[in-house]
Amino acid sequence: MSGNGEWPLWEVFVQPPGGAPFEHAGSVHAVDAESALQNARDVYARRGEAVNIWVVPTGAITASTPEDQGPFFEPGNDKPYRHPQFYTSPRGVRV
Amino acid sequence: MQETEFDARIAAGETIEPKDWMPERYRKQLIRMMSQHAHSEIVGMLPEGNWITRAPTLRRKMGLLAKVQDEAGHGLYIYCGTETLGIDRSELIDQLLSGKAKYSSIFNYPTLTWADIGAIGWFVDGAAIVNQTMLAKASYGPYARAMIRICKEENFHKRQGYEIMATLAAGTPEQHRMAQDAVDRWWWPSLMMFGPSDKDSPNSAELTKWGVKRKGNDELRQRYVNLSVAQAKAIELTLPDPALKFNETTGDWDFGPIDWDEFQRVVRGDGPCNRERLEARNAAHRDGAWVRQAAEAYAAKHAH
Amino acid sequence: MQPLHTYCLRLADDRLVLGHRLSEWCGHAPILEEDIALANIALDLIGQANLFYGLVGDPDQLAYLRDGIDYQNALIVELPKGDFAFTIIRQFLFSAAALYQMDALSRSTNADLGGIAAKATKETRYHVRHAGDWVLKLGDGTDESHRRAQDALNALWRYTGELFLVDAVDEALIAEGLAPRLDAAQWRETVTDVIHRATLTVPDDGYMQRGGRQGRHTEALGHLLSEMQILQRSHPGAKW
Repeated sequence: MSGNGEWPLWEVFVQPPGGAPFEHAGSVHAVDAESALQNARDVYARRGEAVNIWVVPTGAITASTPEDQGPFFEPGNDKPYRHPQFYTSPRGVRV
Repeated sequence: MQETEFDARIAAGETIEPKDWMPERYRKQLIRMMSQHAHSEIVGMLPEGNWITRAPTLRRKMGLLAKVQDEAGHGLYIYCGTETLGIDRSELIDQLLSGKAKYSSIFNYPTLTWADIGAIGWFVDGAAIVNQTMLAKASYGPYARAMIRICKEENFHKRQGYEIMATLAAGTPEQHRMAQDAVDRWWWPSLMMFGPSDKDSPNSAELTKWGVKRKGNDELRQRYVNLSVAQAKAIELTLPDPALKFNETTGDWDFGPIDWDEFQRVVRGDGPCNRERLEARNAAHRDGAWVRQAAEAYAAKHAH
Repeated sequence: MQPLHTYCLRLADDRLVLGHRLSEWCGHAPILEEDIALANIALDLIGQANLFYGLVGDPDQLAYLRDGIDYQNALIVELPKGDFAFTIIRQFLFSAAALYQMDALSRSTNADLGGIAAKATKETRYHVRHAGDWVLKLGDGTDESHRRAQDALNALWRYTGELFLVDAVDEALIAEGLAPRLDAAQWRETVTDVIHRATLTVPDDGYMQRGGRQGRHTEALGHLLSEMQILQRSHPGAKW
């Protein structure tokens, strides 16, 4: 007998109102994109928390791994030129 | 080595995410705890769903329907969170339906009157909130995040239940009697929701060490009692415990002995509704098989 | 009762009864996601009913203290929920009609009515989408789902005509621009398209069952109301 654990897993991203970025909300099981979208809306957006929804097959996501955490994400501390405080500007001037 | 590093991360209050290394036992304990929680949400839909068609006003009807819907959603969040630990939802569902997995034994009690719906919101959701607020800081990321989402929604559930009880308590003599009767039946089982005393709880120590449980059963239970006493007083309902007494020294409400025999009996399968709950879930699953198969067949035909 | 009130009562009764039938699935749906989806639709419908009742009188009075002969819902919504195919097909057929109705009604010369209808249009659009998707999946799924879907369609078709019956109440409102004249042909085109894509067959038109708008119901409504109204009837005057 089929359960639905064999159904593809989709990751759900929702965009809250007000121009905020998309956030990962969780996942849903669904047989296809249309029902994944509907399920996502019903499960993660029924209180008006979202103006937009993305559903992505979990397998389609390429993710960094914990091993990457060191070298992959550059330590920012010794690269001050990436931070605004490194640069000075004359007093009174808005930059 | 890895275990030492892991312990250090926990001690530092770091969040463990799905792809991080974790002791096999940590993984197993989390799967057990999270799936039990998810199963409880799903089974919990049954005692409450029992009164949707008889809800006495449109507002109550919609409120109860929304609550039960939330419970399904909570189950879903947690099943999805559990799956990040490397187990399929279908396997978890099989464990529930076969009786292998546990769920909160509170849901093995029947809802006999409309007041039971109020009592469940007030007591059961109230107890769940005390527990879940603590779990929102659990060391495992997906669990903590699911808890945060759930806590937000749970508050409306408790409020709804308490409002129902307040209305009944202040209503006709029949309604007041209905409310008091529900309190008499649901109070003690709600105390049992926090589990055995810490000294008698086999899993507590490990879960605390790993930052999954941050507070003990007894401490949480006491907090719940303190909150509930004041709430009961405010709506003139009596908690069925003659031993309830304010302790000036501790600032807590001392309470009477819990009947742990009843708890064990219900956990073991001899509660009033254990069989009915499991049969209802099995029936839904069985009767729904052709629907799930249809969806799969359709998707297979139309996959591009 | 003036025509406008009767009209609103009919809209409300349709939605309350249908919402109630959908709510019966809660905790028993084939998949958890569907427990949530059907509850959503039920909530939308009961919410709409509450608003339409509000244009007539006290919603709880109307919902809980009228007998079956005073209910004016169409027969199709009161039929027992059946299996999942029956529920889905019924939902699809009803919501497809409701979408046209609500959309047109949102342009009513009565602002209150128009406002409620505008909100209902958005919700109903989603109902049609959800139910329609399932019609396709069931019709074009397995042999068993196809058979169940076709059986449901065959059983329900004779109740669809009532959705487009026009009587004196409707005519009075249509004359004043308060309500639209519904176009059955447009609805038929929409549902036929989905039914065919689902590899199902549109049943032949036979005699269309009717009577709901005159309070002549099927045996199902009596049981539904007994259950729904029990507490209010047992405790007259009590507050909940």
